[in-house]
Amino acid sequence: MEEFEIPKQPGSNYLNAEYGLKSWLLTKDHKRIALLYLGAISFFFFIGSLYAMAIRLELLTPQGDLMQSSTYNKTFTQHGIIMVFFFLIPSIPATLGNFLIPMMIGAKDLAFPRINLLSWYIYMIGGVITIYALLAGGVDTGWTFYVPYSTTFSNSYVIATGLGIFINGFSSILTGLNFIVTIHTMRAPGMTWFRMPLFVWAHYATSLIMILGTPVVAITILLVALERLAHIGIFDPAAGGDPVLFQHLFWFYSHPAVYIMVLPAMGVVSELIANFSRKNIFGYKFVAFSSLAIAVLGFLVWGHHLFVASQSVYAGMIFSFLSFTVAIPSAIKVFNWTATLYKGSISYDTPMLYGLGFIGLFTIGGLTGMFLASLATDVHLSDTYFVVAHFHYIMVGGTLLAYLGGLHYWWPKISGRMYPEGWGRFSALIVFVGFNLTFSPQFLLGYMGMPRRYHTYPAELVSWQVLHVLSTAGASILGVGLMIPLVYLAWSLRYGRIAEANPWHLPGLEWQTASPPPTENFLTTPIVTHEAYEFAPPEHKEVVGKFERQQPAET
Amino acid sequence: MQSWLPVPESASTLSGDVDALYFYIWGVTIFFTLLISVVVIFFVIRYRRRNPFEIPRPIEGSHKLETLWSVIPLLIAITFFVWGAKLYFAQYKPAQNAIEVYVVGKQWMWKFQHATGQREINELHVPVGRKVKLIMTTEDVIHDVFVPAFRIKADVVAGKYTTEWFEATKPGTYNFFCAEYCGMNHSGMRGYVVVMEPTEYENWLSGNAGQTSPAAAGRNLFESLGCISCHGANAEGGRGPALLGVYGSKVVLNNNSSVTADEGYIRESILNPQAKLVTGFGPIMPSFQGQISEEQLLDVVAYIKSLSTTKPEQATAKPAPSATPSTGAKPSATPK
Ligand code: HEC
Ligand code: HEM
Ligand SMILES: [Cu+2]
Ligand SMILES: [Cu+2]
Repeated sequence: MEEFEIPKQPGSNYLNAEYGLKSWLLTKDHKRIALLYLGAISFFFFIGSLYAMAIRLELLTPQGDLMQSSTYNKTFTQHGIIMVFFFLIPSIPATLGNFLIPMMIGAKDLAFPRINLLSWYIYMIGGVITIYALLAGGVDTGWTFYVPYSTTFSNSYVIATGLGIFINGFSSILTGLNFIVTIHTMRAPGMTWFRMPLFVWAHYATSLIMILGTPVVAITILLVALERLAHIGIFDPAAGGDPVLFQHLFWFYSHPAVYIMVLPAMGVVSELIANFSRKNIFGYKFVAFSSLAIAVLGFLVWGHHLFVASQSVYAGMIFSFLSFTVAIPSAIKVFNWTATLYKGSISYDTPMLYGLGFIGLFTIGGLTGMFLASLATDVHLSDTYFVVAHFHYIMVGGTLLAYLGGLHYWWPKISGRMYPEGWGRFSALIVFVGFNLTFSPQFLLGYMGMPRRYHTYPAELVSWQVLHVLSTAGASILGVGLMIPLVYLAWSLRYGRIAEANPWHLPGLEWQTASPPPTENFLTTPIVTHEAYEFAPPEHKEVVGKFERQQPAET
Repeated sequence: MQSWLPVPESASTLSGDVDALYFYIWGVTIFFTLLISVVVIFFVIRYRRRNPFEIPRPIEGSHKLETLWSVIPLLIAITFFVWGAKLYFAQYKPAQNAIEVYVVGKQWMWKFQHATGQREINELHVPVGRKVKLIMTTEDVIHDVFVPAFRIKADVVAGKYTTEWFEATKPGTYNFFCAEYCGMNHSGMRGYVVVMEPTEYENWLSGNAGQTSPAAAGRNLFESLGCISCHGANAEGGRGPALLGVYGSKVVLNNNSSVTADEGYIRESILNPQAKLVTGFGPIMPSFQGQISEEQLLDVVAYIKSLSTTKPEQATAKPAPSATPSTGAKPSATPK
């Protein structure tokens, strides 16, 4: 069998196997569930973006002219809650991960298809409750819910929102559980651990964090609700509690959660870089293990969010040191991706452009973490726009770009259609430029002293306003850049060129079946005989001109 | 008013050091960002796909390189750590012989009280070239005193005192901000630190004299709240221990451990007396939780501090350089 032969089209694929709303709402197919998630998170992303635009518009001028302070506070709170809990955390795992993990390891589905569907319903219930809270009057505590503001002083829908997030958390836990069991037990014959694509490794590490960390935030939210309703006193010093305890609990989850958001993105980027330069990843094991190292070390650094929060100086020092060590595995990944390009065959397709953009922006995002992990500079930078810029570089510049790159990369597999390449490249460029213009001024703003979560700022500081205007201009460009794919991806569903089974000519298992795949993914269970990203067996010389590689053994 | 660099005015003894570290990290950041970008761009151009069918030769990886690019970043990160930690230590070390100012944050204003009695709202007058120590708490939610020109920031937290200090190097008016989100008018919770030449400052002090000093106000509260019934009319002791000289001393507790009596300890002794019992005394002191405002509490603390003849910094061996010299109020259940 020739490697890149298109497999026989099966009669039906997962999209047309069944019709009707019911066939979607009761589906157990991981691919359909991934699409359910895709629809839902796109909706939440859209809402979150509207809030973002409102924030950027308000900050054009030093005064509050678009809305009142209380509205502004709700706006940034709801932006953060929706983006973090309802977009970033589920984004890559629940859509691309759900769709691809079984396919990449040669399985028919996840280990627990019903639980997978359940996790989507849980997500939706959490989402609906949260949307209800927003419509009923909103919430104004910041996505961090710091006490005692959230327990005693806020007059907004804290409990309803908290309930939404609490419920939503279980969908992450179930997804994580499902991935772990699937990866352990459902690998096709020959798919050893070290033959798995790095996307799968990254999701394995992410799943560990999901199941170990999420319960902590669930309990923390529960405690906030109990404190608010029944005043149990756990966070109230007058009753013997401690408000800083909340921050410890919250960040014990939420620091690892930032890795829930970025590890899957790293997995996507490993795929993009390797596949679009037709090279096996440089230092595969280092990249794989660095994901696990991040997952483990990520649980030990939460205190870097409390350097100015009355934590002791010595605790600060320990957390600072550990924060620097957790940065090393991320650096290793960046260097390995770069080295993978060396002597590759690099294409400039849209997914690769996103992958390359990720490397640059994630590097900046990670390095600016150094300013925050270093104690003395963090004292000045904590709770300023520098922090805002730092995490947007990672979560937008990193996760969102990787998500878009992955979506384009697997779009032919998911939809059976090609997206328009020219538009893809064009919008990737717009997104990159818009993103940088939005967030790079915020580093400067932060060091100049602009605190975050500020509705107004001193009018006499003209340089602040200049930077805010730049940032808003960038956000407008970014907004346009994000609208374009929305339009052409939707367009391509109907008018796009029909995709082949393996349009990029890649060795990954997900490409060795039809596009879109049949419900059971593979007509016969694949038997894996080669490493991940094996474009040519090692003994082969550089080959130019035709495909040299043969399927090694008969299957 | 501002230099050409995008940094705020540098007006404290430590602000220059923080800037130096900041620029150092920028240097490394820019170096690595450029390194990665240039190498990536070079590879992307040099190894672009020239033929749709080409397959490059695989490269496995290299342990040498992996070691190199783990160890070098780690070493650089350690320099960030050491430098940052050293400076942080200086930032939070309790200031010796500082002018003390009591700060109470509440939604959405800042109240300052000088040891000499002057009270201010959203404005703080201080002399140039003197250490100023802020002893801070809040009446409601968490706030944060952030003075960009001094590169200092510290949360104010209910239930304890936090401190920060600075020594201004240039007269002028500097913005300060609340840097911990605190509700509706958070962005309005800002004001100015006015740094004055010493003579000017003396004039300002005397121009605003005549307000009761915190210690005097505390003395009155000591009577009106009935502390005298146990601690004596002049705090010389009675059913309760003498409070003369307590501040800054080592207090032996009934479990034979000992604590240094700082502001946080005194605060706890008043709000939650049973948490730490002085040796030889029973748990008879009632809690004053809820009967005394944060500002009044600071006045009483100031009064008790004024009863110490020795300066605390000299009396104690070496107070832990903690952001919270207090242990905060972290008692077990309060017996009623
Ligand atoms: C009913 C008697 C009583 C009253 C009233 C009382 N105290 Fe006390 N106080 C004590 C006793 C007994 C102790 C020692 C045991 C302990 O640590 O609780 C003490 C301890 C203290 C200490 C710690 C002293 C040390 O040596 O460490 C401080 C400070 C203090 N009280 C301040 C006050 C203030 C201020 C008030 C008024 C607001 C007050 N007390 C009212 C009985 C009293
Ligand atoms: C790699 C992925 C990373 C992600 C997704 C990420 C994300 C975030 C987020 C969301 C916040 C802000 C939280 C808030 O206050 O609302 C934050 C703050 C912070 N980050 Fe990162 N970060 C990453 C990497 C790093 C690295 C490598 C370091 C340093 C070693 C770092 C150090 C910090 C510190 C110290 C803060 C707290 C800043 C403050 O509030 O004072 N981060 N990060
Ligand atoms: Cu963190
Ligand atoms: Cu505030």
